[in-house]
Amino acid sequence: MAQIKSVDDLKKIRASIQEKNQKAVANNDNMEIIKINVAMATCGIASGAKTVMNFLIEELPKRNIIANVKQTGCMGYCYAEPTLEITLPNENPMVFGYVDLKKADEIIEKFIKKGELVDGIIPINYELAK
Amino acid sequence: MSIKFRKNLLVCSGKSCQDASNFDLVDFINTKLKDYNLEHEIQAVQSVCFNKCTIGPNMIVYPDNVEYSTITKDDIDDIIIEHLLNNRIVERLVYNDKNKFSGTNKKQYRIALRNCGFIDPEEIKDYIENDGYDALAKCLTEFTPEAATQEIIKSGLRGRGGGGFPTGIKWEITSKSISDQKYVVCNADEGDPGAFMDRSILEGDPHSIIEAMAICGYCIGANKGIVYIRAEYPLAIKRLKIALEQAKDYGLLGKNIFGTNFEFTIDIKYGAGAFVCGEETALIHSMEGLRGEPTLKPPYPSVSGYLEKPTNVNNVETFASIPAIINKGAAWYSSIGTEKSKGTKVFALAGKINNVGLIEVPMGTTLREVIYDIGGGIVDGKKFKAVQTGGPSGGCLTEKHLDFPIDFDSLTAAGSMMGSGGMIVMDEDDCMVAMAKFYLEFTVEESCGKCAPCRIGNKRLHEMLTKICDDNGTLEDLDLMRNLGVVIKDTSLCGLGQTSPNPILSTMVNFYDEYHAHVVDHKCPSGQCTSFLKYYIDKENCIGCLVCARNCPVNAIFGEKKKLHIINREICIKCGICMEKCKFDAIYLK
Ligand SMILES: Cc1cc2nc3c(=O)[nH]c(=O)nc-3n(C[C@H](O)[C@H](O)[C@H](O)COP(=O)(O)O)c2cc1C
Ligand code: SF4
Ligand code: SF4
Ligand code: SF4
Ligand code: FES
Repeated sequence: MAQIKSVDDLKKIRASIQEKNQKAVANNDNMEIIKINVAMATCGIASGAKTVMNFLIEELPKRNIIANVKQTGCMGYCYAEPTLEITLPNENPMVFGYVDLKKADEIIEKFIKKGELVDGIIPINYELAK
Repeated sequence: MSIKFRKNLLVCSGKSCQDASNFDLVDFINTKLKDYNLEHEIQAVQSVCFNKCTIGPNMIVYPDNVEYSTITKDDIDDIIIEHLLNNRIVERLVYNDKNKFSGTNKKQYRIALRNCGFIDPEEIKDYIENDGYDALAKCLTEFTPEAATQEIIKSGLRGRGGGGFPTGIKWEITSKSISDQKYVVCNADEGDPGAFMDRSILEGDPHSIIEAMAICGYCIGANKGIVYIRAEYPLAIKRLKIALEQAKDYGLLGKNIFGTNFEFTIDIKYGAGAFVCGEETALIHSMEGLRGEPTLKPPYPSVSGYLEKPTNVNNVETFASIPAIINKGAAWYSSIGTEKSKGTKVFALAGKINNVGLIEVPMGTTLREVIYDIGGGIVDGKKFKAVQTGGPSGGCLTEKHLDFPIDFDSLTAAGSMMGSGGMIVMDEDDCMVAMAKFYLEFTVEESCGKCAPCRIGNKRLHEMLTKICDDNGTLEDLDLMRNLGVVIKDTSLCGLGQTSPNPILSTMVNFYDEYHAHVVDHKCPSGQCTSFLKYYIDKENCIGCLVCARNCPVNAIFGEKKKLHIINREICIKCGICMEKCKFDAIYLK
């Protein structure tokens, strides 16, 4: 693994990470990839986030959807776990709360496939220091 | 695939908004949309609470991100005609909040939690992609240790572990202690009941802690870091370990970091979960393999800490804020918050609140905003009674504190304390005496026993509270508790004992009438203390079968066959047998 030995190295690695994301775009018929974040902190896992994440990882390819499903830490919506944040290509991220397997299925069929919003959206309620 | 409908109306279906509208807004709007033949381009869907519950019912028009509040049935036509058909915002329904910060109406601002929920904590690349390790690079290549420390001093950051000591000043003191070896310690012991801020940060963004500890090491002249974490946090430990491995692989820990001669490594030490081990001197002894007992300060750890070497102890959340401060500058950070409390604070909302969860707000946000807007109000629309901040060391804030700006000093002035950020919300059904008893139980359990005031005094306090909750208390007990509480505070060795009477003292100030009711009127006003309940026989249901009277062990029930029975509550010992035996649901507690 390339070690980071200077500020330049850090910048290069960051650029290559970003480029990889771009590549994923190119490989996929110029379609930007769908990003799905699953809140997998202790609270999320306790309410079944892992089952939902496994479901997505298994089901999405079966339904011919290419998506990047990744785990994250707590999104802060402990009252609405499990929670998912889905970013469709060129769209703002959408957060869904109380996602059980049935909801996950509905999200795939309606939101991911057809772009229809479904019940259970959590409006983003904070500003980020970025 | 992109979003199908031209516009989506996200209608809040949170409890508070639902209660405020008392009809199905989503259904109503979708029917209306059909009337306008818009159902194929616009739809309404339910969304979760917007954190603006005080002004509900609320909705957002997506993707325009226009928020309408206090909507009634009559407003829907306007919204459709004006906004959806003619793209003109219905200004009168837009709520303009004057107390906004940085131009948005979001009440939360995430600095310490900036990456939590966005990056994969087990993937260093995610962290790097999001400005990760920029702050360390900047410190090592652009700042002298003194300059970097000055930046932290100027930011106004104060420790988030409870004490609120200025972080930069602590770093400066440790940097001035001369020694061949110094240590950076991250306090991840987090023992307050109901608190999970530090756990969430470590589970969601472990690299930010690693980066900040390295920055601290650079500033104070230490090349070793230790994270002291409770063994009950397996997921946080797992992710921290992965992050440490990755940072090593990338050369971000180890020798010659960023090509400089700065070296830094981090180890993990595990705590067994004793609350007192979160106190820094006890924590250090526990790391040394000694009993986790506090010792008198001074000497402060900054002068003589782990293995008697200068040691800088900071809390997880304190560290998590550091990279953002270095990247965005001290001036930016100090522009957020109040005069003496800068930046943001993470709170864990728990108890009788609708939106239990992790929040981060600028210092100076009011309790009302936290509870009613962000927290979504009290469960089942009940009445707010109090919130306990600072856990077992803190006190309660009541209705009269709702418009208090929350910061270190205002909470202390209100007789509570910031603590580490647990907020337990209580409603009208909660008994404040029982609440104080709960916390005392915790302190008695967690006291290390080294000094008498805390070991014995808290036990006595707990006994008196138990007596009061069991309906055996007297007015003298109240005086005694108050006096004893003050003595314990004054004479205990460490912060645990020095703060342990706070839940009692503060509830005695704010809810003296409840204590009075327990000992004088023999009543628990909230009905939570079951010892105060008495057995009664219901006139309607009792058929006079004699069963209860026959089974009462103290012959407290009188009555003739087929006639209403009566309990003599002077004799009754509240064993509950009669209620169990009655087949006609005639015996009840009140
Ligand atoms: C009984 C007791 C328990 C404590 N528990 C913690 C804890 O769990 N986590 C923490 O960071 N600080 C805890 N502290 C505060 C630490 O002693 C210390 O002040 C803190 O770690 C310093 O970091 P900061 O300046 O970043 O807040 C506790 C203090 C006392 C008296
Ligand atoms: S105050 Fe309590 S916890 Fe602290 S040293 Fe004394 S006995 Fe131990
Ligand atoms: S057992 Fe019930 S119904 Fe029978 S006498 Fe007692 S209270 Fe009345
Ligand atoms: S609770 Fe027990 S003591 Fe009291 S009346 Fe019923 S049976 Fe008798
Ligand atoms: S319930 Fe609607 S904003 Fe909170």
